[in-house]
Amino acid sequence: MNWQLMWDSLPRMLGGLSLTLQLIVGSLALGALVAFGVALLRLSGNRVVETLAAAYVFVFRGTPLLVQIFLVYYGLGQFEFIRESILWPFLREPYWCAILALTLNTGAYTSEVLRGAILSVPQGQVEAARACGMSRALAFRRIVLPVAIRQMLPAYGNEVILMVKATSLASTITLMEVTGIARRMIAQTFAVFELFIVAGAIYLVLNFVATRLIKFAEWRLTPYLRARA
Amino acid sequence: MGTAMTVAVAVSAFAFGILVGSLGASAKLSHSLALNVVADIYTTVVRGIPELLVIYLLFFGGSSVATSIAAAFGYDGRVDLNAFTIGVLAVGLISGAYSTEVIRGAVQSVPFGQIEAARACGMSRWLILRRVLVPQTLRFALPGLGNVWQLTLKDTALVSVTALAELMRVTHLAAGATRQPFLFYGTAAVLYLLLTTISTALFNRAEISANRGVRRA
Amino acid sequence: MKKIVSALALGAMMAVAAAGAAGAKEWKTVRIGSEGAYPPWNATDTSGKLIGFEIDLANDLCKRMKVSCEFVAQDWDGIIPALQQGKYDAIMSAMTITDERRKVIDFSAPYGTEPSVFAVLTDSPLGKALNLGADRIDLNDQAKAKPVLDKLAEALKGKSVGVQVSTIQADFMDKHLSKVTMRTYDKIDNAGIDLNSGRVDAMFGDRSVVEAVLKATPGKMVVVGPNFIGGVIGEGMGVGLRKDTADLKAMFDKAIGEALKDGTVKKLSTQHFGYDISPK
Repeated sequence: MNWQLMWDSLPRMLGGLSLTLQLIVGSLALGALVAFGVALLRLSGNRVVETLAAAYVFVFRGTPLLVQIFLVYYGLGQFEFIRESILWPFLREPYWCAILALTLNTGAYTSEVLRGAILSVPQGQVEAARACGMSRALAFRRIVLPVAIRQMLPAYGNEVILMVKATSLASTITLMEVTGIARRMIAQTFAVFELFIVAGAIYLVLNFVATRLIKFAEWRLTPYLRARA
Repeated sequence: MGTAMTVAVAVSAFAFGILVGSLGASAKLSHSLALNVVADIYTTVVRGIPELLVIYLLFFGGSSVATSIAAAFGYDGRVDLNAFTIGVLAVGLISGAYSTEVIRGAVQSVPFGQIEAARACGMSRWLILRRVLVPQTLRFALPGLGNVWQLTLKDTALVSVTALAELMRVTHLAAGATRQPFLFYGTAAVLYLLLTTISTALFNRAEISANRGVRRA
Repeated sequence: MKKIVSALALGAMMAVAAAGAAGAKEWKTVRIGSEGAYPPWNATDTSGKLIGFEIDLANDLCKRMKVSCEFVAQDWDGIIPALQQGKYDAIMSAMTITDERRKVIDFSAPYGTEPSVFAVLTDSPLGKALNLGADRIDLNDQAKAKPVLDKLAEALKGKSVGVQVSTIQADFMDKHLSKVTMRTYDKIDNAGIDLNSGRVDAMFGDRSVVEAVLKATPGKMVVVGPNFIGGVIGEGMGVGLRKDTADLKAMFDKAIGEALKDGTVKKLSTQHFGYDISPK
């Protein structure tokens, strides 16, 4: 084990950290929006809309992320009409292709978590809100959503960890994030073990921070549970 | 062709994962602090670093480790792990980390009263394990294991980096050579969907059969 | 607990026992690693079998060395680490002999050689700009190469070039065109896909391979500019070997010498490339 090499590789690998973080934060933020929309569509009561939303979730949960990334990056670029559309300036860049694939993927998983959480809000609370004279929208915004978000946090924490790890697949479409840099350096030094261990340690730290953040959010959102202590 | 290999890797890795998961769960539930710590480190590390890295590490390090284990048992010479074995071991270890948590949760949700009752009936420890704990655990664990199976199936796509000719690698080569990436990745996606759909149906049936003795509300 | 551990280890050993035994002192079987995605040098057929010039050549060399050949597919970016890990004993994957690689592995005598070339989209203005008024640039001849490389850097300013990861072409970009955006691909085919869709402005690779990539979409892309040889483009393609297998290197050197002399390399080359790639 070449400790010196591992130590020396750290600054270069951390150079990819900013891109990794952008991919994580960007796709989680956009994915949350998609999830919110899709969860609402699935609960809309309109059969057609519900089926479409369910099909989206089914496809993106049922296929490997790697296939999705290649399909977005290499697959879409194959078509003339896409290359001539206004979307091409975005889809031309591997960065946006990665964000798109990751967003659609996490959007599908998160919408399921959110949907479950919304359904778990006791009907009595909604009825009580309606009885107080709240409109359906207001009751949803003030009662259902806050309770659901609190409810979904532990499961969402798992999804965040999965996304942190998933960004490593962006290296397969020429992006130089942490794993991409590790692979590039291995091609130069042939020290597979050392460099992948350093990369693995970076992801472990990222995930540790992510879990702490989620735990903190959980703590902030459940003051009523703390009061008992 | 590639699909058969994908199924073979996924099934073997899932089985290996359940074996590892059972060991991991018993380590976590044991009263030995050392075992608890080891199992905790295992699940935290394997679930915390990208699957791709786990596979790479095992691919490049697996043979050295196997060789030194073999040497410890008095076998000298290289032990070579082929791409299939490595794929199964790597995906199995990942799958095992998730199975550990599922099985641990399931064991803990078996009401303790049932075990006390079994003991009161004069059952031996082994009999309790076989007649009470395992069937009950299986019932509680099935939904979670269904999820682990889906993860395992999709993780096999990453084994393509070891050049094992499973569905993803075959697709990747064909897409590159023919310049028809959409067609080939699209077909692969459909095949994976088919596999996940069929297996979900199987798991649902297994769940129904495991729950056949349970009164419905 | 101890019992369980030994049982597990035993099981694991049984799983690999079949693969064991290899690596004996006397060479009976030589396992050869190849990428299988680099036609015409090496490729994979629809049943997953490795084919191509190097596979045919390897079979011939093994016959001369009186050993049996086994082929192992391995992605390019892990091809040297996997050799070092003993997943196979030799690399035949259009690998150019370079000093950088010599630090970690040994090479046989070269069995092939090839210039590197750029390719662009047929309707790209770069086609004209890269026509640098020279057919062949030897990078060892610095006086002649310098002005051409300067012109090249000027022409590619602000453009992006796709190459395969950890190849001599990537080294060339690092050394001579460090200001040009380089995008690295795991497989050369994928660089071709991205040139085709306009994600990169040019690709750079071994001549025959670039030509093979262009053949998939006739008329869309063309080879432009000079043939680059020498310098980082190296000394030709050789068999990559672990440093501790000098005996195997001697066997390969002898066999390659014979195959070059009696025209086998030339014959196989004409069959796969349409011309002779044997080293001069």
